[in-house]
Amino acid sequence: MAARKANPKPGTGKMADKREIDEHSGAETTGHEWDGVKELDTPLPRWWLWIFYATIIWSIGYMILYPAWPAPPGMQGYTPGVLGHSDRVNVAAEMANLEAERAEGYARLVGATYADIESDPVLFRFALAAGRSAFGDNCATCHGVGAQGFRGYPNLNDDVWLWGGTFDDITQTIRYGIRSSHSGARFSQMPAFGRDQLLSRDEIRDLTQYVLDLSGREADQDAVVRAAPVYQAQCAACHGVEGRGDRSQGAPDLTIDNWLYGGSRDEIYNSIWRGPYGVMPHFDGRMDDGMIAALAVYVFALGGGEDSPPRDETPPAEG
Amino acid sequence: MNCDLQIQPGGEMQTGTARKLYTGLDGAVIGLILLAGLAWAIAVAARGPDPLLGAQSWLIIAGFLVGLIMLAGVYADGGPKEDPKQYAEGVIKAGVIASMFWAVVGLLAGVVIALQLAYPNLFYFPEWGFLNFGRLRPVHTSAVIFAFGGNVLIATSFYVVQRTCRARLAGGLWPWFVFWGYQFFIVMAASGYLMGITQSMEYAEPEWYADLWLTIVWVAYLLVFLGTLWKRKEPHIYVANWFFLAFIVTIALLHVVNNLAMPVSILGARSYSLFSGVQGALTQWWYGHNAVGFFLTAGFLGIMYYFIPKRVDRPVYSYRLSIIHFWSLIFIYIWAGPHHLHYTALPEWAQTLGMTFSVMLWMPSWGGMINGLMTLSGAWDKLRTDPVVRMLVVSVAFYGMSTFEGPVMSVRAVNALSHYTDWTIGHVHSGALGWVGFISFGAIYCLVPWLWKRKGMYSKALIEWHFWIATLGILLYITAMWVSGIMQGLMWRSYNELGFLEYSFMETVEAMHPFYVIRALGGLMYLAGAVLMAWNVYKTIKGDVKEADESVTPQPAAIKA
Repeated sequence: MAARKANPKPGTGKMADKREIDEHSGAETTGHEWDGVKELDTPLPRWWLWIFYATIIWSIGYMILYPAWPAPPGMQGYTPGVLGHSDRVNVAAEMANLEAERAEGYARLVGATYADIESDPVLFRFALAAGRSAFGDNCATCHGVGAQGFRGYPNLNDDVWLWGGTFDDITQTIRYGIRSSHSGARFSQMPAFGRDQLLSRDEIRDLTQYVLDLSGREADQDAVVRAAPVYQAQCAACHGVEGRGDRSQGAPDLTIDNWLYGGSRDEIYNSIWRGPYGVMPHFDGRMDDGMIAALAVYVFALGGGEDSPPRDETPPAEG
Repeated sequence: MNCDLQIQPGGEMQTGTARKLYTGLDGAVIGLILLAGLAWAIAVAARGPDPLLGAQSWLIIAGFLVGLIMLAGVYADGGPKEDPKQYAEGVIKAGVIASMFWAVVGLLAGVVIALQLAYPNLFYFPEWGFLNFGRLRPVHTSAVIFAFGGNVLIATSFYVVQRTCRARLAGGLWPWFVFWGYQFFIVMAASGYLMGITQSMEYAEPEWYADLWLTIVWVAYLLVFLGTLWKRKEPHIYVANWFFLAFIVTIALLHVVNNLAMPVSILGARSYSLFSGVQGALTQWWYGHNAVGFFLTAGFLGIMYYFIPKRVDRPVYSYRLSIIHFWSLIFIYIWAGPHHLHYTALPEWAQTLGMTFSVMLWMPSWGGMINGLMTLSGAWDKLRTDPVVRMLVVSVAFYGMSTFEGPVMSVRAVNALSHYTDWTIGHVHSGALGWVGFISFGAIYCLVPWLWKRKGMYSKALIEWHFWIATLGILLYITAMWVSGIMQGLMWRSYNELGFLEYSFMETVEAMHPFYVIRALGGLMYLAGAVLMAWNVYKTIKGDVKEADESVTPQPAAIKA
C-alpha cells in the first residue's frame, strides 16, 4: 500500500509520528500496525450514527408505552407502560369473546339429530365449520386431511363402514373410540391365526384363496374348497357365513373388495396371520359434547353418512 | 508468508533449567487431569447405574488413554520441542484439518436431516434409532457450530493472536491440550446424542460430564489466549483480538451458567438443571442467543478483522467505528435473548427488553459490516480476480443481511408471524451458511498456503466452483425457507368468518413439502462445495500446487522490529 507521511500534528504525542495519509482514500491512519495491517482513522459514518440514535430513541419510546422494566423491590412488579397494554388480558378477552360467540351454536348441537341440524342452515354451517376445524386438528393426522384414509386408517368419504355410518354410530365411535382405553370403547379382536399358531400355513394359504374368491376375484378353486370348512369354523362367526361382515363387531365385509390393510394375496395372508388390531382413541373428556356433535356432522356429511341402521341390507359395492 | 520469521529475541525469559521445569509441570498437570478423567470413566464402566453412559464410558476411557499415551510420547521423546523464536503452527495446522473434517461431517448430517424432513418415509430407519431425526439434529447443529465453527475459531485465533502480538503462543503444551480436548468434547457430545444422552436444551445438549470437560478445555483456551496477549511485543491490542477475547470470555460465562445442574449420580449421565420453568427458558435463551452473538458473531468478526485487510492488502476502514461497534455490540447483545420467547409465559416486560435491545443491536452489528466492506475501498477489483476475496465479501454481505433480518424478526408483531416457522430456520442459515461458513472458508483458503508454505491453493478454479455452487445453494436454501416459513405462518393464523382455523396443521406440513425438497437441494450443493474445498485443501497440503495460481497469495508486509 502506498502511503506517505502525514504532517505531524502539534500536541498529539508520540503516536502522531507514525500517522500516515492513505493515498486512495485520503484518510489518515492511526499510526498503529499489526503484522502489516493498518487502520484508517475514518470518522463514524453519519448515517450509521443517526440510525443508531434513532433505534435508541424508538426503543425508549416503546419502553415508555409498554411494560418494560422490572420495578425495584418493594414496588409493583414492573413498569406497566403508559398504554397499560397486557397480552394476557387481551388474549383472555378475545378468547372469552370467541367462546361466547360459539356457545349458542355448540349448545344447540348437543342432543340434536342430524335431521334437526341439517334443517337449520345457520346451525348446519356452524357445525360443518366447527367439525372441519376439529377434524383437521384431531383426525387428519391418521385419516388424512381430506379424510381419504391411509393403510390401516379408514377412508371416511366412502360408504363402507366397519362399525356403522349413521349419525349416532359416528358419534359413538368418536366419543368412545375403537379398542381405546375408554371403558365404553367399541371392541373386538381378530385372532392372529398364524402368529398364535391357531392355523397352519397351508390352511392360511387356502383361506387367502377363499377370501379372494369371496371378493369376486380369481382364486384357486381347489384351495377354496379345502378352506370352506375352516372358514365356517373360524371366520364365519364374525365375518358372516357369506362373508358380508358384522358391524356390531366391527368385522369387515369381505365381499366388496374394499380393504383396510390391503387386498393383494400377500396382504390378505398377512392380515390372517397377524390379526389386525386397529386402535382409534376416544375423545370423551378431550372434546365437549358440542364439538363431538359438530365433528360427527362433518364426518357424516363427507359423503358416507347413512340414514338408518342398515342391519339387513347389503352395502352398495364400491365403484 | 512470514511463518518462519524470527520473533524478537529478548522477550523469552524461560531458558535452560527454568524452562525444563516449566514444561515438566505442564505435562504433570495435563497428565493429572487425564488420569482423573480416566479414573472416573473406569468407575462409570465398573459401577455406573446408567446403561447408556456405561456403554459410552468405553469410548471415554479410550479417549483419556490415547491422551495419556500421546503425552507420554512427548516426554519419552525428550519433552516438548519448541523453538521460542518461531510461531507455533502445528496446532493451527491441526485445527485447519479438523475444521475441514467437521465441516463435511456436520453438513452431511444437515443434508440427511433435510432429506428426512422432505421424505420422511424414505429416510426413516426404524432399525437404527440413532439415525432418526431427533438424534441427528443435534449432531448437525453441534457439528457445524461447535465442531466446525469452534475449530475454525480456535485455529484462526491462535494464528491471529501470534501475528498481531508478535509473540509465540503461550502455554507450551496447553494449546495442544485445548485442541485435542476440544475434539474429545465433540466426540463425547456427539456420540452421546446418537445414543440418546441429552439434557434437552437446544445448542446445550451435552450432559454435565461433557460440560465439565469443556469447561476445563475452555479455561485452558482462555489462559493460552490471555498469556499470548500478555507476552505481546506490540504496544496495542489489535481489534481482532478484542473480538476473540470477548468471544472466549463470554462463552465461558454462558456455558457455565446455563449448564448449572445437579447430576443424579456422579457415575450416571442424567442431571437436573438448577433452573426450572420460565426462569429455565430465559436462562436457556440468554445462553442460546449469546451463543449466536459471541460464538457466531464476535468470534467470526475477529476472523474478518484480520483476514479481509490481510487478503486485500488495505487498511481497516475505520478504527473509531471498530471501537464504537465493538463496545455497543457486546453491551447490547447480552440483553437480546428474550426475543426467543415472545408470546410465551415470559412476562411481557422481559419481552419488551429483548425486543428493544435487538432493534438497538442493528447498527452495532452493521458497524462490522461497514468496516469489512469498506476495507475493500481501493481494492474492489480483487472481487473479480480473487474468489477468496469474493467469498469473504459475500460473507460480510450475508452478515449484514441477517443482522438486519434479526432485529426485524425480534419485533413482536413480526415475530407473531415468524415464530416457530421455517422463516427462523432460513434466518439462521443465511447467517450460518453465508456469514459463518464463507468467512471460515475464506480464512482457511488464506491459511492453508500460508501455513504449509505453498505458493497458493492447488486449484483456483476449484475455489471458483466452490464459491458459485455454495452461493447458489445458500440462495436456494434461504429463499425456500422464507417462502415456506411465511406461508406456514400465514396458514397457521388464517381464520374463517366463524373464528375457526382455516387450515389444519397437517395441511401446513403438506404445503411445505416442495420447499423442503428445495432446501435439501440447497444444502446438498453447499455440502458439495465443501467437499471440493476439502479436496483442494488436501492437494495443497500434499504439495501439488499449480504454478499458475500463485497470484492469489498477497505478499505480506515485513514485521518490523
